[in-house]
Amino acid sequence: MTTNGGISPQDAKYALETRDMHVYYGSFRAVKHINLNVERQKITALIGPSGCGKSTVLRSFNRMNELVPSARVEGKVFFHGKNLYDSNVDPVEVRRRIGMVFQKPNPFPKSIYDNIAFGPRINGWQGTKADMDNLVEQSLRASVLWDEVKDKLKESGLSLSGGQQQRLCIARALAIEPEVILMDEPCSALDPISTLKIEELMFELRRQYTIVIVTHNMQQASRASDNTAFFLMDNDRAGTLVEYGPTEQLFTNPQDKRTEDYISGRFG
Amino acid sequence: MAEQARVSAESQTAAASSTAVSLDFRKRTRIGESVIQGFLFFCGAVSILTTLGIVFVLGEESLLFFLDERVSIVEFLTATSWQPAIEDFGIIPLINATFITSIIAMVVAIPLGLGAAIYLSEYASARIRGILKPVLEILAGIPTVVYGYFAISFMTPVLRGMFGKDTVQIYNSASAGIVIGILILPLIASLSEDALSSVPRALRQASYGLGATRLETAVRVVVPSALSGIIAAFIIGISRAIGETMIVAIAAGAGPKNFDLSQDNLFGYVLNPFVAAETMTGHIARISGGDLSYNSIDYNSIFAIGLMLFIITLLLNILSRYIVRRFREVYE
Ligand SMILES: Nc1ncnc2c1ncn2[C@@H]1O[C@H](COP(=O)(O)OP(=O)(O)OP(=O)(O)O)[C@@H](O)[C@H]1O
Ligand SMILES: [Mg+2]
Repeated sequence: MTTNGGISPQDAKYALETRDMHVYYGSFRAVKHINLNVERQKITALIGPSGCGKSTVLRSFNRMNELVPSARVEGKVFFHGKNLYDSNVDPVEVRRRIGMVFQKPNPFPKSIYDNIAFGPRINGWQGTKADMDNLVEQSLRASVLWDEVKDKLKESGLSLSGGQQQRLCIARALAIEPEVILMDEPCSALDPISTLKIEELMFELRRQYTIVIVTHNMQQASRASDNTAFFLMDNDRAGTLVEYGPTEQLFTNPQDKRTEDYISGRFG
Repeated sequence: MAEQARVSAESQTAAASSTAVSLDFRKRTRIGESVIQGFLFFCGAVSILTTLGIVFVLGEESLLFFLDERVSIVEFLTATSWQPAIEDFGIIPLINATFITSIIAMVVAIPLGLGAAIYLSEYASARIRGILKPVLEILAGIPTVVYGYFAISFMTPVLRGMFGKDTVQIYNSASAGIVIGILILPLIASLSEDALSSVPRALRQASYGLGATRLETAVRVVVPSALSGIIAAFIIGISRAIGETMIVAIAAGAGPKNFDLSQDNLFGYVLNPFVAAETMTGHIARISGGDLSYNSIDYNSIFAIGLMLFIITLLLNILSRYIVRRFREVYE
């Protein structure tokens, strides 16, 4: 696989495809010429030094960049053959289909139960109380948190430990049944055991979901992802996609000298 | 072996002596620190002492009032006529008027104030917010006497035009209440906006990330998270409305709306906001404006009313603390 394979946007192999995407903050171009195809039901890792635009690229996948008033996206991002940046696309609907987990766990100051129920409720939940109970349990089981919290669903989400909070946030994202889950350094605030749990969880989730994860942790990228994209800042400080391919190949046999330097720890 | 021992002994003494030189844990007196601490204590003490002084004066003068044989506490709290001239001291008409104007004020100020706060913190661009917030704060600085004349010369004619001159008296609680609402609106909006904008951005992002709209995010995430601050803003607003004097003195009426439940219609007269009525503060202002002789029963009655105002505001504060503790969503 190369950086731009020339595959038609409708190709079902890919969940997300960017075409010559640029993102600006005001007049500053943060990333440029991004052509990246995210494989369906795989884990794609975005790596690179700080400030090279990984979070920016990730946020462009579900139009979260729009929350920054100065941000602007050029180019196209295809999802089911539809350009997410077409003028008639509703960002609210996009975010319902493409969920997000943030770097710092950010549960709502509500009960564990209400944290999970929030997404379905705002998205027009019609079912009964029993259905909701069931959905909450399924989501918590899927994020491997159920056994730890099943007796205290009415307690605040903030009463949990950092790692538990992050799994709660993952459960909350799962409850709206998205197709894609974007994770921005989800383990950077966690201890190694919690990190391992989240990685195992990602492998489990891969059967149903497409996952894109930003990470600073080379080991994590190499052991927990199928494909890896390496970004680097260009001379004009805009981030570019340097190399993209199967994780194994990128780490053992990088095609680009800069990738090799980075993964062997020579800069960044 | 021997040499080793000697070396280590030497280094030990060296270490010991260097410790004695460089480490000095003796307590030092920092004069600046103590002066500042003393000054800050003084600042805190002044406000507490002032409050205590007010409570003391209120209590002392009220005691003189209640000890007078022409007054009984039961009558004070239950009678529905306040006419010092004929020694009728029932505070209910004054409290009634205060409640009517304050409730009308809150009905105006809470929805508009909270709406304005949500608009400013969740919808307005940085530029618009930069213009509107100072404007709000200027509004809060207009002297209340101006609002009083606004009530009598603008709001009252408007109400009389809408509901008819027969229904709406020239002096009435409604006009005063609405204008008090306008007066405290900027206060409530500004304080609520502070509470809303201190909600962490991460919570908003989480909400948007789950496909929430702006409105859903504002109503279901941001407002509940800021609830304790918002309720505090409401309580400050209510206290301000209850204590407001100039507007009611000018626009609400210049005599207590005394009533007799066996004769007067509850909704047609007693609770009717279009009828002239004097509030606790309005009464205090009017009576103390005249030639009131020191230590007369009229003079002492003012302090009894003041004490009542104080107790009502205190109860409101206690209630609000309870509500806040009960319902707030802590995000720290
Ligand atoms: N809200 C913003 N406003 C202005 N510039 C921004 C904003 N967010 C990011 N940038 C800029 O865009 C560039 C890319 O930032 P981004 O956060 O995407 O980097 P990153 O690769 O995620 O870095 P890190 O690994 O440190 O998280 C940086 O130069 C940054 O200064
Ligand atoms: Mg980042």
